[in-house]
Amino acid sequence: MAKVTIDGIEIEVPDGTSILQAARMIGPTVAPPAMCFYTNLPSSGGYCRTCMVEVTKGSEKDPRPMPKLVASCRTQVMDGMVVGNRTSEKAVDARKGVVEFLLLNHPLDCPICDQAGECHLQDLSYENGSAKTRTDFERRTFDKIDIGDKIQLHMNRCILCYRCVKVADQLTPERVHGVMNRGDHSEISTYITKAVDNEFSGNMIDVCPVGALTDKTFRFKSRVWFTKPVTAHRDCDKCCGKVVLWYKGEDVLRVTGRKDQWGEVEEFICNTCRFDKKRTSDWVVEGPTNLSRHSVISANHYEKLVVPNELTLNDIKPLNP
Amino acid sequence: MGKKLLLQNDNVPGIDTYEVYRQHGGYTSVEKAFKMTSDEVVEEVKKSGLRGRGGAGFPTGMKWSFLAKPEGVPRYLVCNADESEPGTFKDRYLMQRHPHLLIEGMIAASYALGANTAYIYIRGEYFYIVNILEKAIEEAYTAGWLGDNIQGSGYSLNMYVHPGAGAYICGEETALLESLEGKRGNPRIKPPFPAVKGLYACPTVVNNVETIAAVVPILNMGGDEYAKIGIGKSTGTKLISASGHIKKPGVYEIELGLPVEEFIYSEEYCGGILNDKKLKAVVPGGSSVPILPAELSLKTPTGEPRLMSYESLSEGGFVSGSMLGSGGFIVMDETTSIVRNLHTFNRFYHHESCGQCSPCREGTGWMEKITHKILDGHGTLADIDLLWDIQRKIEGNTICPLGDAAAWPVAAAIRHFREEFEEYVSNPSSIVDVKHYYNIHNLVEA
Repeated sequence: MAKVTIDGIEIEVPDGTSILQAARMIGPTVAPPAMCFYTNLPSSGGYCRTCMVEVTKGSEKDPRPMPKLVASCRTQVMDGMVVGNRTSEKAVDARKGVVEFLLLNHPLDCPICDQAGECHLQDLSYENGSAKTRTDFERRTFDKIDIGDKIQLHMNRCILCYRCVKVADQLTPERVHGVMNRGDHSEISTYITKAVDNEFSGNMIDVCPVGALTDKTFRFKSRVWFTKPVTAHRDCDKCCGKVVLWYKGEDVLRVTGRKDQWGEVEEFICNTCRFDKKRTSDWVVEGPTNLSRHSVISANHYEKLVVPNELTLNDIKPLNP
Repeated sequence: MGKKLLLQNDNVPGIDTYEVYRQHGGYTSVEKAFKMTSDEVVEEVKKSGLRGRGGAGFPTGMKWSFLAKPEGVPRYLVCNADESEPGTFKDRYLMQRHPHLLIEGMIAASYALGANTAYIYIRGEYFYIVNILEKAIEEAYTAGWLGDNIQGSGYSLNMYVHPGAGAYICGEETALLESLEGKRGNPRIKPPFPAVKGLYACPTVVNNVETIAAVVPILNMGGDEYAKIGIGKSTGTKLISASGHIKKPGVYEIELGLPVEEFIYSEEYCGGILNDKKLKAVVPGGSSVPILPAELSLKTPTGEPRLMSYESLSEGGFVSGSMLGSGGFIVMDETTSIVRNLHTFNRFYHHESCGQCSPCREGTGWMEKITHKILDGHGTLADIDLLWDIQRKIEGNTICPLGDAAAWPVAAAIRHFREEFEEYVSNPSSIVDVKHYYNIHNLVEA
């Protein structure tokens, strides 16, 4: 066990825990934002640099501070470590810079982007970015690409978090999905456009923090805050079958995996569940999904359904005359 | 005449062939090494005080002693010959003319580390040197210096040359290892360091060509003797690639501690500034190190003469100092435009950024666009401050040192030559570069 202090709050965590995970154990107020780290994807993280924190004391044994800010998702805690996240001026300043870099070539087409409302980049910019841009240069652009018949890649919006690459790495033994070119011309790509042919490829959509990978069966159907998420499951022979159904009226517009507090999918689901089962009769509905009160999706007068206790005859009172 | 250890036989015809090299005392260091234990060889290198010649200047003996030695796991020595830093061309010279010196050093170093496989990862653009090296390796195999049971010592070593595909980033040691493994050359996130998990997840030492070559004179003359050459903690000799506005550009072997002034102006080395113009600035260690204006490059901030050594060049920190780096010594005369020079560097780093982490991927391109805008005569004073702010947010916040390498030249150029930037933005029509732009685009001067 290692004792670590993050933003003045002390917590004891098992050895080998990353600073980010330790901060998440304390709670959302001290947890650094993470755009590329994904708990379920080994070797993810370290790329986006939004989770950088300042280590003011290395450990009990070696109390020297670390010379540079460190990526909290890839740095393990040491006993006696003292970490500054929101209390560290350096970390906050660097994070502001990273947000600016991420938005530099981002098209900011939120009004027509399907991800708007559940986009991590939006949240990140609101919380850590500045209101004005300092650039008036032309942004880099790419053509849209179809990855298989159900997924569309909109590379303009991509922040190169590599999460989808890590998903593909785990799914297929052949390297069919990766990054081409270099620097700010880097491009997520499949070597042959339609090559990702795997029963779990749809999870790339769920892990994408921005609107770069979108579900073609859902594109432009509805703004996400007009839909109502409902937790459901079914017996699936390929995956766990635990999903969230996104309703608009009577129709299921899309099916996604269940996401936790940090916006990470708990268990991956297969493409059959995701793309083909879009009738209520396919599913056993468990109830409304409990969303964070701060989510824009909740703003649609949507509250958790309170199931009333079972009525008995005695509860029924005669109407007053 | 300074002492020469690496290039002492530079004028011997046919030194690139095995026979001539052997006649001139080649492979004696390996013979010596085989009489010692591997730990004694490492100790000898430690005593010599040799520091990495690739740019960072990390003590080589220390690096070797960090190598993890778990049972039953192979260890590797990788020679970093991916020399792509603008202004640096010493390794090319060394490999092209003295291939056996590198191979000899590789054998001695591999023996010290207990590695049975060694790789030379060479820059893709140096394809013609691949042939030179492979020919030399073949000669070494024939003469019994490589292969199984070398010279009856019971030690075996195989050596391979692996050409890269032309990416600057593959000179970063973990990106080099990724590339060597056949993957995309992206730097790894450290820790783990290569000494623990390097090539194929095995303990690996990555050394620069010149560092490995320097092992040969160290073993021949002994570590203590080598440590007497040079000055302070900068021991031995260093190859300097001199380029720019000087009378005699080329690769020079200097004893560390040579005054910068002597290096630039003496007949033995650069021979003075071209056309006897005035010195304006010096980039002393390859494009990534901070640029120094004339007065600071010849004298340290305390008024002492500036020496060619790790310590003296970095005296004053980045405010008034620089770095020895890889020894790519670029001299600029008074006619040079620092802004244009910076733009060239920015364009390079933008082109070479691997695109893994956001600050470097986006920031390098942004800085290039801004310097381009300033060169075009559309810059504003705010752009200079913006440039400063961008470099500040890249430096130290990236996975590998490429981000720092892109940020330092920008910081130094603005720090020392801010007036020139201001001249560019406040009075663009007076600048020759800008006039040229107006001419080719048929624009009326503002």
